[in-house]
Amino acid sequence: MNAMNLRQTSALLYLDGVHVSFDGFHAINNLSLALEPGEMRAIIGPNGAGKTTMMDIITGKTKPDEGVVLFDGTVDLTRLDETRIAELGIGRKFQKPTVFESQTVQDNLLLALNVDHSVKGTLLWRGSAGESEQIDKVLETIRLTDARHRLAGSLSHGQKQWLEIGMLLAQDPKVLLVDEPVAGMTDVETHLTAELLKEINRNHTVMVVEHDMTFVRELGVKVTCLHEGSVLAEGTIDEVSSNERVIEVYLGR
Amino acid sequence: MPHILTRSLDRASTIFILIVAAIGVLVPLSNLLLPEGSYFQVPTYLVALWGKYACYAILALSIDLIWGYCGILSLGHGAFFALGGYAMGMYLMRQIGSRGVYGNPILPDFMVFLNWPELPWYWYGFNMFWFAALMVVLVPGLLAFAFGWFAFRSRVTGVYLSIITQAMTYALLLAFFRNDFGFGGNNGLTDFKDILGFNVQAEGTRAALFFLSCAALIGTFLICRAVVTSKLGKVLVAIRDAESRTRFLGYRVESYKLFVFTLSACMAGVAGALYVPQVGIINPSEFSPGNSIEAVIWVAVGGRGTLVGAALGAVVVNYAKTFFTSGPLAPYWLFMLGALFILVTLLLPRGIVGTFNAWWEPWKAGRDADAASAAREDGVEPKPNPAE
Repeated sequence: MNAMNLRQTSALLYLDGVHVSFDGFHAINNLSLALEPGEMRAIIGPNGAGKTTMMDIITGKTKPDEGVVLFDGTVDLTRLDETRIAELGIGRKFQKPTVFESQTVQDNLLLALNVDHSVKGTLLWRGSAGESEQIDKVLETIRLTDARHRLAGSLSHGQKQWLEIGMLLAQDPKVLLVDEPVAGMTDVETHLTAELLKEINRNHTVMVVEHDMTFVRELGVKVTCLHEGSVLAEGTIDEVSSNERVIEVYLGR
Repeated sequence: MPHILTRSLDRASTIFILIVAAIGVLVPLSNLLLPEGSYFQVPTYLVALWGKYACYAILALSIDLIWGYCGILSLGHGAFFALGGYAMGMYLMRQIGSRGVYGNPILPDFMVFLNWPELPWYWYGFNMFWFAALMVVLVPGLLAFAFGWFAFRSRVTGVYLSIITQAMTYALLLAFFRNDFGFGGNNGLTDFKDILGFNVQAEGTRAALFFLSCAALIGTFLICRAVVTSKLGKVLVAIRDAESRTRFLGYRVESYKLFVFTLSACMAGVAGALYVPQVGIINPSEFSPGNSIEAVIWVAVGGRGTLVGAALGAVVVNYAKTFFTSGPLAPYWLFMLGALFILVTLLLPRGIVGTFNAWWEPWKAGRDADAASAAREDGVEPKPNPAE
């Protein structure tokens, strides 16, 4: 039996001893992190701590120089490309909201649905009641039912963020990687987003990168603080925010 | 999702098809049936000229499909057009038979002139129309597939892709210029006599070719519409607007690009094949980079991502070209073309049809909304139109 088929960890997402450097700059330095199924994890840390690079590694955009990146205990993500990784069930929301601006909200979700993504499949696609139902459900969750026929480009910044989260939901991945979902949002929108993520966490494993500590506190989940490409502290928000090193490099006195 | 036909045929598309169909039928009829000199008789030289425009319109559609909808700016699409043209030209050469200057029943004149003992293998089969017709689609399609396979897999995009497409057509230009390449070198293929047994110079043949060009234009348009209105069309636009987002959703972007690029090349090949018997010659200058760039300008002028605009742009710019290059302004045509491109980019970035749509659609939507709200203010619900 192939060694790769032996499950080595219970974690859904498992990173161990990962290194990445760009032109001699060590973006990720011996990073180890495990995300259990059903968990929601908040990742904090100063700029340049490697948060986005970590997501790039998990989603196949960047290949690590060394280290183990396992999905579901058995799948080596470092060998796969973005499309394959997305097909496995890892969805990603970018830091800057990236939606298909010239298409309607509804079409954005339709494109995200986890159905046949082959050329032939989309060319001959006819749609189904199940698909429209799923879209309706997501629209309701992200509170954009009234905007379904609007072009995504005409949405407000906060709405675009939600639409992108909605696209993740439509994709129905096993793990959602969410990069700075509340950047540039009003307090009310931030609160609604926290609610939305908690709702999503009921059925999905989530990893959220965020700077907004009020938001992280509201999520009320385990927090990992990254610094210079490795884990500085891990624990509840109170534990992490009272850690001397975290205060020194990130939160400030 | 509605049926493919109802989905593809919105109002503008239906109008476009009806106009092209009307032109395609009426122009040949008027040319053949009305007495010469009659006010309504379309002279034969115009039939040939307009037939050329129809071929250019097909080429423009093929460029719009990849550029307007998928963001692939090919600056070498003239190569696929020319390859389709050469495939047809080879058939036409073989039809000359012993009527050539040297009277050789098998070898075309230029091969006799070069003292070639026998027909090269890649000329085999071109004496049969069906084979040539197949090659018209297959050769550009295969080249596009091979080219796209390497380029899209290596994730060559944007201006780099444009540059290598340009290099591709330039390389072909140089190759076809060589006498030993076996396609007539500098002079290309010409002096055609028959196509399917009909004299290519005859009025009836010209009228039929014009009709076929219009039919091919409609066919190409319908295929493009069916593609862009399918879910695949939405994926193409998604790739154009946010390529890496599309990839993270689990779409294999390179497969989509490869599909649409190959399809587009096949269409360009058909355009070239219809073009050659109407102009009576195909030579390496058709590969020149300038031709490909000019075709991109037609699409920009008409409005990319609109299909109808691409076809319209091809006709409008070429009409202008015919008009200006036949007068005293002829030496300045390239300057005018350049100025046109700059002006369109600055003043009409969406092109003629795109600008019209941007102006017309909100106006129409506003008018409908006004009518609805006026009806509500009167205390009556807007009644459904009895005609609906």
